[in-house]
Amino acid sequence: MFEKNLTSLHEGEHAQVAAITNKGGIKRRLQDLGFVPGTRVQCIQKSPYGDPVAYGIRGAVIALRSDDAKGVLII
Amino acid sequence: MENNSNRVIALAGNPNVGKSTVFNHLTGMKQHTGNWPGKTVVNAKGIHRFRGHNYILVDLPGTYSIMAHSAEEEIARDFILHGETDATVVVCDATCLERNLNLVLQIIELTPNVIVCVNLLDEAKKKKISIDLSALERELGVPVAGTNARGGKGLTELMEKVAAVCAGEIKTAPSKGRFDTDEELIRHWQFAEEIAASVTPYSGVNLSKRDRKLDRILTNKLTGIPIMLALLCAVFWLTITGAEYPSEALFAGLFRFGDLLTDFFLRLGTPEWVHGVLVLGVYRVLAWVVAVMLPPMAIFFPLFTLLEDFGYLPRVAFNLDHHFKKAKACGKQALTMCMGFGCNAAGVIGCRIIDSPRERLIAIITNNFVPCNGRFPTLIAIISMFFVGVVGGVFDTLLSTLILTGVIVLGIVLTFWVSRFLSGTILKGEASSFTLELPPYRTPQIGRVIIRSIFDRTLFVLGRAVIVAAPAGLVIWLLANITAGDTSLLNHCSSFLDPFARLLGLDGVILLAFILGFPANEIVFPIIIMAYMSTGSILELDSLAELRSLLTENGWTTVTAVSTMLFCLCHWPCSTTCLTIKKETGSIKWTALSMIVPTVIGLLVCFLFATAARLFFTLF
Repeated sequence: MFEKNLTSLHEGEHAQVAAITNKGGIKRRLQDLGFVPGTRVQCIQKSPYGDPVAYGIRGAVIALRSDDAKGVLII
Repeated sequence: MENNSNRVIALAGNPNVGKSTVFNHLTGMKQHTGNWPGKTVVNAKGIHRFRGHNYILVDLPGTYSIMAHSAEEEIARDFILHGETDATVVVCDATCLERNLNLVLQIIELTPNVIVCVNLLDEAKKKKISIDLSALERELGVPVAGTNARGGKGLTELMEKVAAVCAGEIKTAPSKGRFDTDEELIRHWQFAEEIAASVTPYSGVNLSKRDRKLDRILTNKLTGIPIMLALLCAVFWLTITGAEYPSEALFAGLFRFGDLLTDFFLRLGTPEWVHGVLVLGVYRVLAWVVAVMLPPMAIFFPLFTLLEDFGYLPRVAFNLDHHFKKAKACGKQALTMCMGFGCNAAGVIGCRIIDSPRERLIAIITNNFVPCNGRFPTLIAIISMFFVGVVGGVFDTLLSTLILTGVIVLGIVLTFWVSRFLSGTILKGEASSFTLELPPYRTPQIGRVIIRSIFDRTLFVLGRAVIVAAPAGLVIWLLANITAGDTSLLNHCSSFLDPFARLLGLDGVILLAFILGFPANEIVFPIIIMAYMSTGSILELDSLAELRSLLTENGWTTVTAVSTMLFCLCHWPCSTTCLTIKKETGSIKWTALSMIVPTVIGLLVCFLFATAARLFFTLF
């Protein structure tokens, strides 16, 4: 099933977290930061080389590398 | 006075919520805001007296969670559970309450004696976020105090609530919810959302427009990296320009005082060697260290702290992460490098912020490629002696700045290369996951920053340098003046090293100075000077110009100057850093490697440069 993930967002775009498919410690870390299904997330700013990208979540700005952002599915 | 009424209070909270500021205000401790760039990496302890009780405050590392997924979380969790705490204060960022409530709810699960401290109310006010603290108290079932710790506001109220909880006057009734499975986790976040929504009447866009504008400039594709380099240049330019006159003045003053000391000893009629050891040995090295180190540090540290306070350092990590990813290392390594500017030992401890053990080792081994404050003034001194006055006028300092920036950038590039090399060889592995928070920009409190960084950092570092330099001055003087056969011990050693050192563009004395400078990099240059003075004709040395002629008289050329700077950038870490690496890695092997890697690189770089320079001069 094709689903979009965080890396499909362009700067300024919003979406809702659908699922976290990351494995291991990073899954828990993302959940601790508030990446849980139903949460509104915004793509805020790309870094000079395009990766990592800063996302706005629950009032904070968190930068993720594309490898990790891919695991966060959005709707 | 009840002496046996110590109460232990743990301070927990997300990173960057001003937890350490609360701690410092209450304990009156300064050295911990003097925290090197970054965050609390060890449990700092301090005492606050409040209404007849001693409160032992323990500043836990900043964490997003307390579920023990990383070393820091484990430290925090263990302390709250087993540290015999009487109460735990959870410090929250008022501008980002919802996210912070996650930790609050987790801690409430562990212990009932929780006081929530909603900090940064001033920042929230600026962002037009208001929080109904009594509603929050009702929702959470634990006492809540609002503070603005930077201004010292609300802390008495906080302590009143802490005291009441400790005394059992306030019975907490924490709102609990279990959250082990994913579904429970979602419910738990919904709970945090609901609470946050119900206590913040105004809940518009939390993300500040100003911050986004700044980020768009400071981390932009086109401007991000150039601005970073420009800022680096600006800091160095201000340091070099600003340090010039105070350095000269200190030189003159301290050496004039040295002459008075000489007169004094002569008049007392003390034996020549006493005067030699104390004045020519100990005092002169001390004077040199102070005159050369104090002015640049007193300018560099405040500037750097301003950038840190402003919130720029995480943006540096954001900008540079691409390179670290390519090197299969962690982006937070940029933050540990920033700590290395202050002190490599601090940088090595700071590597604890990197979760992956492999990436942490890479960061530890490469930290030495950032020149610490012990090497920084040496670089500046060499630059001002050998490259100032070449072009003349304003361009002088500009050229010096560019050379210094070049050296630092070389160190950064070497860090990338070596990290990548390690990732492909002895520390094989792929880049692991990490998250990097970009906290809101904060207006730095300039006056406080200056005072703090001068007293906490500059004087601290200078004090340490002086402690090492004084005995070193004694030893060096002895080496230079005790003769075996017809020359001094110092000369024996340096002439032994000389042939090899020449290959590197150095000379025996310089290489020996680096070896003897193992206890602290600050004393490398004083050793060089003293070794030359013991044989040379110059006896008075009260300005950089005279220092320069001493060096050129001993065969220094521009090539020697550059080689010395390169070797200063890349050689074994100082003894303190080595001990710290041993402590942090628990392994002789990694400590040895941390010494070998920069040394081998330094030998290579110097050899290549010196050979190329020689070739150039023979051809042209």
